[in-house]
Amino acid sequence: MGEVILTMKDIDKSFAGVYALKKAGLELKRGEVHALMGENGAGKSTLMKILTGIYSRDEGIIVFEGQKVQFKNPKEAQDAGIVIVHQELNMMNHLTVAQNIFIGRERMNGRLVDDKKMAEDAAELFRKLNIKIDPKENMGRLTVGRQQMCEIAKAISTEAKVIVFDEPTAALTESEINELFKIIRDLRDKGIGIIYISHRMDEINQITDRVTVMRDGEYVGTLITEECTKDDIIRMMVGRTVYEAPKIISSVPEDAPVVLKVENLNVGRAVKDLSFELHKGEILGFSGLMGAGRTESARAIFGADKKDSGEIFVYGKKVDIRSPKDAVKAGIGYLSEDRKRYGVIVEKSVVVNTTMSSVPQFTRGLFLDNKAEVRTAEKYVKALKTKTPSVHQQVRNLSGGNQQKVVIAKWLTRDCEILIFDEPTRGIDVGAKSEIYTLMNELVKQGKSIIMISSELTEVLRMSDRILVMCEGRKTGEINIDEATQEKIMHAATIRN
Amino acid sequence: MEDKINQTQKDHGSLLQAIGTQKLVAIIALVVLFLFFWFFGENFAKYSTIISILDSSYYIGFMAIGVTFVIITGGIDLSIGTSCICCSLITGTLFTKAGLPMPVCVVLAVLLGGLFGLANGIMVSVMKLPAFIATLGTMMITRGLGSIVTNTATVTFPQATASGGAFRSLFKLKAPGLPQAGIPTGFILLIILAVAMAVLLNKTRPGRYILSLGSNKEATRLSGVDVMKYETLAFVISGLFAGLAGVSYAAVYSTLMPGTGNGFELDAIAGVVIGGTSLAGGVGSIAGTLIGVFIMAVLKTGLPFIGVQPHYQLLITGFVLVIAVFVDVLNRRKQGKA
Repeated sequence: MGEVILTMKDIDKSFAGVYALKKAGLELKRGEVHALMGENGAGKSTLMKILTGIYSRDEGIIVFEGQKVQFKNPKEAQDAGIVIVHQELNMMNHLTVAQNIFIGRERMNGRLVDDKKMAEDAAELFRKLNIKIDPKENMGRLTVGRQQMCEIAKAISTEAKVIVFDEPTAALTESEINELFKIIRDLRDKGIGIIYISHRMDEINQITDRVTVMRDGEYVGTLITEECTKDDIIRMMVGRTVYEAPKIISSVPEDAPVVLKVENLNVGRAVKDLSFELHKGEILGFSGLMGAGRTESARAIFGADKKDSGEIFVYGKKVDIRSPKDAVKAGIGYLSEDRKRYGVIVEKSVVVNTTMSSVPQFTRGLFLDNKAEVRTAEKYVKALKTKTPSVHQQVRNLSGGNQQKVVIAKWLTRDCEILIFDEPTRGIDVGAKSEIYTLMNELVKQGKSIIMISSELTEVLRMSDRILVMCEGRKTGEINIDEATQEKIMHAATIRN
Repeated sequence: MEDKINQTQKDHGSLLQAIGTQKLVAIIALVVLFLFFWFFGENFAKYSTIISILDSSYYIGFMAIGVTFVIITGGIDLSIGTSCICCSLITGTLFTKAGLPMPVCVVLAVLLGGLFGLANGIMVSVMKLPAFIATLGTMMITRGLGSIVTNTATVTFPQATASGGAFRSLFKLKAPGLPQAGIPTGFILLIILAVAMAVLLNKTRPGRYILSLGSNKEATRLSGVDVMKYETLAFVISGLFAGLAGVSYAAVYSTLMPGTGNGFELDAIAGVVIGGTSLAGGVGSIAGTLIGVFIMAVLKTGLPFIGVQPHYQLLITGFVLVIAVFVDVLNRRKQGKA
């Protein structure tokens, strides 16, 4: 680690009278990977948006390379050498990789855009980063992980001195994460200061040098990663000890009835001959690598995508599910892995989202009973401890964990017996994660049954009563929790035909 | 009527935001325009002028109310203008040539509009054609159909006093003892239907679903809502109102020419947009739409009274449209950054 390159001190920011940041701060050195941690709503993103000129600050100072600065927009920050790799990728899918990387800074040949030169420069960048991506490929044809690499390449191509990574691994596979870490270490060794936002505790240990923790918009403290434990950080983040103990044995009685039975489900190339049973009060974990066909199975069972063949039985009765409407009628609710696109309507209020699936239930004669809707929404905000100033708040303004709670409230309002949770804690911080876990355990105690698709092995082992493992569209393992280990799951997840 | 807007913005509290900046600007613009013409227009300040403003606004008003629903779904309906004329041409021909009773013809015109709407709805929601293309097709089809059915001859509707002319009382009641310009029953009808549609939009299940699918169709579908049905419904509503617009046009202007109607839809859409409904979908209000329509009607009728040639109306309406939307964009930007 070198000398200090960036200091943010006593930053205040409020929106419409409500403070988002209060005396927040951060100190970054050259050649350091500095983790910025905190629960959702702790103010990490706001702080970073102030740093990169997306928001203006109310109070406080930012010193960059010994100079007081105040960037008016992202371009100014970028020109000074501070760039951010966003969690949500900002890519033009129809342009090539090289065109994306040099957007706004096109290499010119006279008055014409020089695509050849840009492709060469992009190739050079990738060589430096040791990534194999064809610069002439269309961006839309790359996996999310590869797109992320391009975003990083773009950041580096601007000769950045400070790079902010906002949850870079959320959509990456194991091997892509390793690749990313190698790149980050390279950048660090070149003396670039790196701010790393993530919710994954194990990554913090692997990659970062220091950790700054924020809570409720305030600076809590900075630790040296080597000298602290996971629990130290978590305690600073939430002010209490969390983590549910892993499940050791199944809590489902032997004779629990089968609530959902799927037989020989086939969906294109994604799912092949999948059969399984789900028991009342059970959490059935769906494990597997990316592209194993878990989400595709769930969407087909829910009627969101067309299945080629297969039969579905709910409580022993065959049901014909052709659309989500049929599935909901049969008592199945689906919580999508992509909340903002498929789970909630971000422009609408908590109330509207909560009652979305149960509008008939709130219809008196011809008209909607708004008061009853509000009462129900308030009931679930309380029961699920959703953090929102009011039930009339647009869901857009809620953090990821709280948005997820709104989706859960939607299906509880509808009184669904079978819930499919697809990556329920993706992009959700530790505190809210454990709340979601507690909630899921409570739901099964009340007799609901849950299918949980998860790419985090620790999550699968902590929550499931039984684990179904998929690989390349087939079921390659079914393991009871008392026999399950990470090794066994990984073994099953890599049985290829 | 503005409950939805109120709800989403209640947290900010202020009256300005409760009404919505753009709509407030629209209301002010309407009042200012009206007062301007009232005081500076020669002979504008008369009962008969108000009647003629209203007369010229009915058909655009009905179309605008209907198309508001389609625009809220994130779609567009370009066929309403020609379909409005087509419906009346067909039923008018049935009246003059086949001797069908006028009340039946009126109902038929509205239903025929609904049928065109249904066709649009099916093309967009089931066949997944882009709304722009599907309704562009219907626009041409209805325009052609009107010419074919009438054999390109104009259709003249009976005078109010003639047999079959009683339907005009739906829009303007004239009788001995009443003001000579008549009683604007059409305005009452317009307001009643606007209130009914505002209630439909904000207080009923179909309205909720139309607003939701305009915001996020896929999330709405995954909530178990039959989005095809409700998207189609929006087009059917648009079509029904286009049919009714045709009837009101016939009542006010008496003579219909085949091949006309092009451009009406853009006036209606402009009214919707001036009234604060977003072309991106998910947000909209019927009250706003009416305000937007009347701004254009006042301009159209008022400008000649201050000695400005009528075609300047288009120019000025264009500016009003751009400014109204720009104010809204500015406001959104401020809220986003706040």
